[in-house]
Amino acid sequence: MSVLYVLLPVAVLFAAGFVGAFVWAVSGGQLDDLETPQHRVILDDDGPSPRG
Amino acid sequence: MVAVHPISDPRCAHCHNEVPSGSVFCCAGCATVYEVLKAKGLGRYYDLRGDIPISPAKTTQRDYLDFDDTAFRDKYTLPRAPGRQHVDLYLEGVHCAACLWLVEKVLKDEPGVIDARLDLGKSTVAIDWDPARTELSTLGRDLDRLGYPPYPAASTDRRAARKREDRKLLVRIAVAGACFGNAMLMALALYGGLFAGIEAEFSQLFRWGSLLVAIPTLLYSATPFYRGAIGSIRARVPHMDLPIAVGLTLGSLAGLVNTVRGDGEIYFDSLTALVFLLLSGRWLQAKEQRRATDAAELLYSLAPATARLADGREVPAENVQPGTLLEVRPSEVIPADGVITQGASSLDLSILTGESRPVEVELGASVSAGTLNLTHAIIIRAEKSGSSSRMGRLLALVEEAAEHRAPIVLEADKLAARFVVRVLVLAAITLVVWLFVDPAHAVDHTIALLVVSCPCALALATPLAVSAAIGQAARAGIFIKGGDTLERLARPAEVWFDKTGTLTEGAQEVVDERGEALAGAALARATQHPVSRAIARKYPRATAPSDAKQTLGGGVEGTIEGTRYALGSPHFILDTKGARIEGALDDARQEWARRGLTPVLVADLDARVVIGAFAVADTTRPDAAASIARLRALGYSPGILSGDDPLVVAEIGREVGITRARGGVSPEAKLATIAASRGPVIMIGDGANDAAALSRADVGIAVFGGTEASLGAAHVFLRRPGLAPVVDAFEGSRRALRVIRRNMRLSLVYNLVGVTLAALGLIGPLGAAILMPLSSLTVVISSYRSRMFRRSP
Repeated sequence: MSVLYVLLPVAVLFAAGFVGAFVWAVSGGQLDDLETPQHRVILDDDGPSPRG
Repeated sequence: MVAVHPISDPRCAHCHNEVPSGSVFCCAGCATVYEVLKAKGLGRYYDLRGDIPISPAKTTQRDYLDFDDTAFRDKYTLPRAPGRQHVDLYLEGVHCAACLWLVEKVLKDEPGVIDARLDLGKSTVAIDWDPARTELSTLGRDLDRLGYPPYPAASTDRRAARKREDRKLLVRIAVAGACFGNAMLMALALYGGLFAGIEAEFSQLFRWGSLLVAIPTLLYSATPFYRGAIGSIRARVPHMDLPIAVGLTLGSLAGLVNTVRGDGEIYFDSLTALVFLLLSGRWLQAKEQRRATDAAELLYSLAPATARLADGREVPAENVQPGTLLEVRPSEVIPADGVITQGASSLDLSILTGESRPVEVELGASVSAGTLNLTHAIIIRAEKSGSSSRMGRLLALVEEAAEHRAPIVLEADKLAARFVVRVLVLAAITLVVWLFVDPAHAVDHTIALLVVSCPCALALATPLAVSAAIGQAARAGIFIKGGDTLERLARPAEVWFDKTGTLTEGAQEVVDERGEALAGAALARATQHPVSRAIARKYPRATAPSDAKQTLGGGVEGTIEGTRYALGSPHFILDTKGARIEGALDDARQEWARRGLTPVLVADLDARVVIGAFAVADTTRPDAAASIARLRALGYSPGILSGDDPLVVAEIGREVGITRARGGVSPEAKLATIAASRGPVIMIGDGANDAAALSRADVGIAVFGGTEASLGAAHVFLRRPGLAPVVDAFEGSRRALRVIRRNMRLSLVYNLVGVTLAALGLIGPLGAAILMPLSSLTVVISSYRSRMFRRSP
């Protein structure tokens, strides 16, 4: 059972890592608009644009 | 080049609305957009959009040169990097994924545009561009020609502040959620240990672990509650945040003591869950409310922003200096108070006065900013602009009126406040009683009571129902700017309607006619005067005589099949042209005048006799009378407050069934009437002349098609035409209030049971942990399963 002394900090570190990832996503503006991306995903690109 | 479109299709090639047979497009706007799309090879738009009709394309054909102005750049754009400028533009007419594709594609194909992203929910596009390679006005013209006229969105620092706030709340929720999950896992291990046995060493490990993961929630995520509680103590008003903060503080202290002691409950799982759920509820509510306020604010920014100098250049309207000569073309809004120095025209003053009939103005007449030029181009010499114009002073009144509105405490908050006080008293009693009965467990039971009674469901009950209601209302075309407005709407009140544009359509129409009308209809085709247009609409097949000659402020004359006819006001026909009027026609004319209708006469100039007559008036909306009746049945008492002629107002009142009809009321007098009301009062209007009254009333409702000023001032605004949505708003808010009350009752029952059990020392931590989420779940289901706002057919 003493493996808990390792697992518990690891679990907390994991959680901290995911919170960090979420904070990064929020501060990058990924959650500012929750409506448009669902439409954008169905518009596939029709070839490279003239400017590349 | 325009691709071939099957002529047999009775629908517009662009917007898919019905068109007269033989035409391809319903309007010039749609034709322009169609041609631009085909010319640029963007026909894929039509594949993406499908067959559903949309509103006809609108293009302003403005040159958008003001977008390149340094004043504009300072106020609305933001430098991101050298050669990279950022701007948010609000676009009219954005509705679907095809628009998303088109807007982004067109902008990105423009050299110099670095990035363009459209937000469908807010109808705004964020553009990063290089000012050295392309001008913003070019992009503005591109968007306009596609039928998406752009406007600058709110100033950049306001938007940035709001965005920061939104993101901060999301991070608080994320932290609370992660802590809640982990604390719950460790709590499960501890509960498991209670039954299956656990070594003291490991239970201590879990206690310290729980404490560790709870710290970020309690010290960071929960700070809004502590701030709310401190504010509540300072203001001496019990607030929902107070017991939450007390519970959190006591719970964490007891948890901390028990952790150090190595015995007893630690509460961290319940505390983190509480913070997470409460914050989530607040976020949901804020999101729905924000949708309504955003929409209003964006529309507010559509105010006429530019003025055209006499040499054709466009400048920001607020920077117009006194003495500047300005050109105002037909169907443009006059940008500043001034005097006409060239030309004559008729103006629509309804925005300022509520007067529905067009007013003739000539050389030397004073004109006011905000009024609409109808028939001819005029040159005016500006005297006052921006905030010093009459319109500017009216808008200042609006803001003042908003500050005067009596504050109201939401019924739910009042209930919560009573609840708060009782819980605190109960907790104190429990503590004292148990100190005598069983001192060892006194603190435990007290905290169990605070946690279980923690008004979790109670706190969620109102915000969830309000958020669901505001969301449903928005989908039904009713935008409500705040939760407290729901309650104000639901209470029976005095309801004052504006007339022009609210009870009536706001446009002239032929309501009666006598004698020979066809010659008049042909002459009406020859002018742009609103009264003539009303007659022309009634007879779409008439053609204008080629020699038609118009006399300003009077009428029009011309030859039809060899006979000279004239159409015009009684003054023009009888006095200027000297025609006689006899018998039934004369009786009709006098009766119309008594009823406040505008008489228009048709005369045969060769015989010098009046041969026909029209009565023109602003007609009531088709659903007005039925809506007023529904309103009365709900217990509201309607009345009319209008700036128009009392005769006209009384007539409209008779038609819709309102006896309390007051005419000739100035904007200031409207405000005074609202302010003087003793009971709750609701104002419904559409113009700038209503704005101050809308803002001062307990609830101001701006109807569809209202001016920017009224939208900004109102607490509710409608995105569907007619008066039926007004009644829908009243009925919906009553249903919403019933759902809120039901939620409160449900959560109170849960809490009463929980508190009783806890005070008697009967409930363990496990029971509390089950009861709490169960009560929240009930409230969530009750809120989102209820249909509150409906569209009446």
